[in-house]
Amino acid sequence: MKILVTVKLVPDTTAEKRIDPSTKRLVRTGVETVLNPFDEYAIEAALQLKEKAGGDTTVTIVTLAPESGKEIVRKALAMGADDALMISDPAAEGSDVWGTAYALAQAIKKNGFDLVIAGTQSTDSTTGELPGALAEYLGVPGVTYVRKLDLDGTALKAERETDTGYAKVSTDLPALVSVTKSINEPRYPSLKGIMGAKKKTIAVQTLADAGVDKPIGSDAARTEVTNLETPPARGKGQIFEAADAVAGATKIVEFLRERKLV
Amino acid sequence: MDFDLTDEQRAIAGLCREFARDEVKPRAEEMDAKAQFPYDLVAKMAELGLMGLPFPEEYGGAGADTVSYALAVMEIARADASTGITLAAHVSLGSTPFYLFGTEEQKRRYLVPLARGEMLWGFGLTEPQAGSDAGGTRTRAELREGRWIVNGTKAFITNSGTELTGGTTITAITGTDAKGRPEISNFIVPQDTPGFTRSKTYRKMGWKASDTRELSFVDAAIPEENLLGRRGGGLKQFLTILDGGRISVAALSVGLAMGAYDEALAYAKDRHQFGQAISKFQAIQFKLADMLMEIEHAKLMVLKAAWEKDNGRDYVMTASLAKLYSGEVSRRVVNEAVQIHGGYGFMDEYPVSRMYRDQKINEIGEGTNEVQRLVIARLMGL
Repeated sequence: MKILVTVKLVPDTTAEKRIDPSTKRLVRTGVETVLNPFDEYAIEAALQLKEKAGGDTTVTIVTLAPESGKEIVRKALAMGADDALMISDPAAEGSDVWGTAYALAQAIKKNGFDLVIAGTQSTDSTTGELPGALAEYLGVPGVTYVRKLDLDGTALKAERETDTGYAKVSTDLPALVSVTKSINEPRYPSLKGIMGAKKKTIAVQTLADAGVDKPIGSDAARTEVTNLETPPARGKGQIFEAADAVAGATKIVEFLRERKLV
Repeated sequence: MDFDLTDEQRAIAGLCREFARDEVKPRAEEMDAKAQFPYDLVAKMAELGLMGLPFPEEYGGAGADTVSYALAVMEIARADASTGITLAAHVSLGSTPFYLFGTEEQKRRYLVPLARGEMLWGFGLTEPQAGSDAGGTRTRAELREGRWIVNGTKAFITNSGTELTGGTTITAITGTDAKGRPEISNFIVPQDTPGFTRSKTYRKMGWKASDTRELSFVDAAIPEENLLGRRGGGLKQFLTILDGGRISVAALSVGLAMGAYDEALAYAKDRHQFGQAISKFQAIQFKLADMLMEIEHAKLMVLKAAWEKDNGRDYVMTASLAKLYSGEVSRRVVNEAVQIHGGYGFMDEYPVSRMYRDQKINEIGEGTNEVQRLVIARLMGL
């Protein structure tokens, strides 16, 4: 079985985020690049499936990123993935969700796959749109926001998080799932993994190598950022002063009743 | 000249930074308050391969280099000095003697479980009456009917009494050499040796979560083959261990200073007085700039010593300079970190308060600042 995990390289999540007003894009220089934290859950999910399935199951990391990000991709290999495919091409710079999804889909189809696992979103642009778009271009069922995942042969069973609870979903492979943070606790790469990752292959391809037959990148983007605004600061909450817990609780209940919340 | 770390060194430092931030740091305050040995963290470090970081894979290690080791110790100590010394003592003092001087059989028997982190081991050089004056050792071992009978006391021995500890390597007098000076040899003393007992853990100013005890040997009998290395080679062997140990302690100091700087910087940005963050005041900015400058300097020295060791150069001078300098830097940095925190820095719920207490031993352990200056002067040929 071939499991492919899509990952994104993002600016260090602990660093302060700044937007360049002229390009309306996130400033990536001077900030350390890391593996998108959401993607670590996808890698972990893939590794757990591989450990359970055994046999000739492989986990391949796929990313659209500059070649300078090789070292970060190696972290995914140190966690236990078998190899990686990097699509690195200056012409891909500035790709929007459409361009990225299209390019990844072409590369994944060319590589062959049974299951694609993605994180729900990236910490930089946070659109959360890529998994859905990718499933569409791959022409396979896309099961998003998965918190529990089971695979029995080619039968996939999943629990999808919804606004009110969760939905049980089943489908057959090939398929794509995106996983949430509640699915697992990603492992640290071990030292053995780090030393072993040196010997694993990271195949670097141009867009043409990956079979991307349409222009992507900033010029071909189908979406445009027209304006950026800082969300208004949240208003201060209302603070009740009360003599004791009972009086306090009464006031809170009154407040909720007025708004028909209880 | 190349200041770039290799991909592997960066990955190991990154792993340790993440592990320390997510797993060690949240535990530090409680472990300090309860003087609680971090068994769970040792198990996790073992799982990651940190406990055998610099030893070859064939002996259960990860086969990484000294630069990686120094970076790992820095990152762990940055979150918690007690966990840092537990790791550093395990690798540099507990395991290294077997790697450097053990027979193949001793390596298989002791180094392999140590490198895997399944077992801990003490290193007993210091005695109540013999610290840096290692020649003043009084513990004796006498060969009788194919067994060494050990009598004496060892002081301040790290990792010597945990539930995982398998024993301690000690120096003991085994006779007199040709010049009439005491002949010192090294011995492997398993934990279950009759006559070998450990005190309770010391009550300490800092490093409270590390396991440090006094060891007592009363007619403790060990098999003849428990001699480590050559008979009479003990002092030289232990001095070799201490040379490498200086890189460890220097890395602990740099890590502690980094941790205190992190706390001070975050606090200065957060704390508002007179209508602005105190980080906007030049008095605070100057302190932070000085702290960063000294940390960077100390870190470069430690990494240089580690690099020299990895490349087979004579690293003794650089390691001594790095140990001395980074110990003193850690004092200045924790001091200013508390100062920046003002009254809160004196409170136990702020990590800088613990760091301030954890710092002092950096200028004492493995050779005081004064002894370190003597070592350096001697290396100058004075």
